[in-house]
Amino acid sequence: MIELRAIDRTFRVGDSEVHALRDVNLRIARGEYLSVMGPSGSGKSTLLNILGLLDRPDGGEYLLGGTATAALGEEARARLRREHIGFVFQSYHLVPRLNARENIELPMLLAGVAPRARKQAVDEVLERLGLTDRAHHQPSQLSGGQRQRVAIGRSIVMKPELLLADEPTGNLDTRSGTEVVALLEELNREGITLLIVTHDVALGRRAQRHLGMRDGAIGTDTLTENPGARG
Amino acid sequence: MRAADLLGFTLLVLRRQRFRSLMLLVSVSIGVAAVLLLVALGEGARGYVMREFEFIGKDIVVMFPGRKSTTGGLPPVTGVAAREITLPDLAVVARTVRGVDAIAPLVIGNAELSFGSRAREAVVIGSNADFFPMRHLDIARGQALPPLDLTVGSPVAVIGATLERELFGTRSAIGAWVRLRDYRFRVVGVLQGRGDSFGMDLSEAIFVPVASAQTLFDTQALFRVLFRVRAGADVEATKRELLARMTALHDGNEDVTVVSPDAMISTFDGILRALTLAIGGIAAISLVVAGILVMNLMLMSVRQRTAEIGLLKALGAPGAQVRTLFLAEAGLVAAAGVLLGTGAGYAGSVLLSLLYPEVPFQVPLWATLAAALFALASALLFAWLPANRAAALEPVLALGRR
Ligand SMILES: Nc1ncnc2c1ncn2[C@@H]1O[C@H](COP(=O)(O)OP(=O)(O)O)[C@@H](O)[C@H]1O
Ligand SMILES: [Mg+2]
Repeated sequence: MIELRAIDRTFRVGDSEVHALRDVNLRIARGEYLSVMGPSGSGKSTLLNILGLLDRPDGGEYLLGGTATAALGEEARARLRREHIGFVFQSYHLVPRLNARENIELPMLLAGVAPRARKQAVDEVLERLGLTDRAHHQPSQLSGGQRQRVAIGRSIVMKPELLLADEPTGNLDTRSGTEVVALLEELNREGITLLIVTHDVALGRRAQRHLGMRDGAIGTDTLTENPGARG
Repeated sequence: MRAADLLGFTLLVLRRQRFRSLMLLVSVSIGVAAVLLLVALGEGARGYVMREFEFIGKDIVVMFPGRKSTTGGLPPVTGVAAREITLPDLAVVARTVRGVDAIAPLVIGNAELSFGSRAREAVVIGSNADFFPMRHLDIARGQALPPLDLTVGSPVAVIGATLERELFGTRSAIGAWVRLRDYRFRVVGVLQGRGDSFGMDLSEAIFVPVASAQTLFDTQALFRVLFRVRAGADVEATKRELLARMTALHDGNEDVTVVSPDAMISTFDGILRALTLAIGGIAAISLVVAGILVMNLMLMSVRQRTAEIGLLKALGAPGAQVRTLFLAEAGLVAAAGVLLGTGAGYAGSVLLSLLYPEVPFQVPLWATLAAALFALASALLFAWLPANRAAALEPVLALGRR
């Protein structure tokens, strides 16, 4: 489903250059559950952003579902994001003044989905996230765990195949963190390809496949048959 | 994105930035209202002047001494006559110029008017019987000046209503003898109302036969002569003929000016219209100022909402859609401002009409449309830069990395 070939990403900071990613090669099959671990600054977020088409590599090729993305224009990349990729951020990025329902609805609103279809999809998502009774709460009225669940609801409402989560539990206490991870894993079991960036070793171990990053390169790529991931 | 959703989302954003939205709304509406009010003032002034002019009648031609120095059509303010227009001149003109069917000469001066022990300064207008119908002056009581040969004086007078009240109180002036300097006149009629004369209150004037006025002021010169063009005759041709005849009478010197109110009307109309446009245009500058405010506040908004813009992009909104969102924001505020400002402008114009009923204040449709279009165009144009900036934001950076 995903193939990275010799991906390079360099940031210029002042006079110096920072190689955030160097010569990264990676294949991810549909339905996989990966965790990305590594020290701060090792390029985890950069990798995730490139996978999510939020950032462009300086070199190499990224194939998403067979489509070469390097040559795609902004419009086409936005379309791929809209239809195939969901994001979960550490700091939720909910829109203030939009309640939980409206935040979840936002991607469909931007995509121009008809109100009736929107309502049905959002109702389903609220139901499965157990947020139905919080539907009309503003983000400021929700706990961290609830906010992240709303954000996850927003990321899956368009039914993407790929879910990218950058330290989704970074701002949460252990209990709500575990709940959020359980939710993500459930989505993975239903078929979504899941990639979680995390600092939390215990959490990272739960994935089937672990990427260990160091200095912008994938140092280790190990598969585990981990019963934890199977709940 | 559906139009209804775009509207809903934009309204939400505007409500979230209540102060900013309100400021934009107010600035746009003030701009629009200012344009409309000033145009209403200009149109009111124009209408007022035009009404005064049109009362003169399109078939009236005015002659006065002096050559008009420009071809602009306006009478010279300080024309020095090479030679005066006299009653004998008019006798010849009356005989020879076929296109004229009535002539009213004018001598105007000031003199003390007294009745018994009461006296006051009055405008004395020396003219004839034809003057009254030509100037649409009605007689309230009594009669107008009698039809006389122009060169014959007569001790009769018509006085304005104000003069009658001030000199006679509640009594009628008809039949009374009044004194102008050393001459006595018998009042034969009282004028109705103010009269209509441009800038002059005829209710404070006394009318006497032109020859009597010449004697009174010891002059042969006529101040103005009004000619009425015969129905069916060509006004321009008659003007040319009058001028030619007078030039011949004055030994070939073209030393009088003949104008028709039509020419004056169109000149004044042009000037006042230009003036209205000019002040409307000056007021439109306030809309440009509003536009600049739109730009600055939107730039602020883009800066503050950077993370949100990044999010929208991560959720699949292309740059063009982000731009549309920001333009919609500016457009919506401007549209609301236009509505509010138009309401305020019309209300102000109605208020002015109530305060000054004699001036026909009104906001023309063209001004309303122009102000609305200009306000919208200015807001959208100035919103373009911030909207583009938002559209061009890199999603990763926007999401607030560092
Ligand atoms: N927008 C940027 N501008 C400059 N340097 C950046 C930018 N994004 C990331 N970097 C640098 O690239 C490297 C990798 O960053 P990142 O992918 O965020 O690491 P991680 O998520 O593993 O902490 C770091 O050295 C970071 O300083
Ligand atoms: Mg990171």
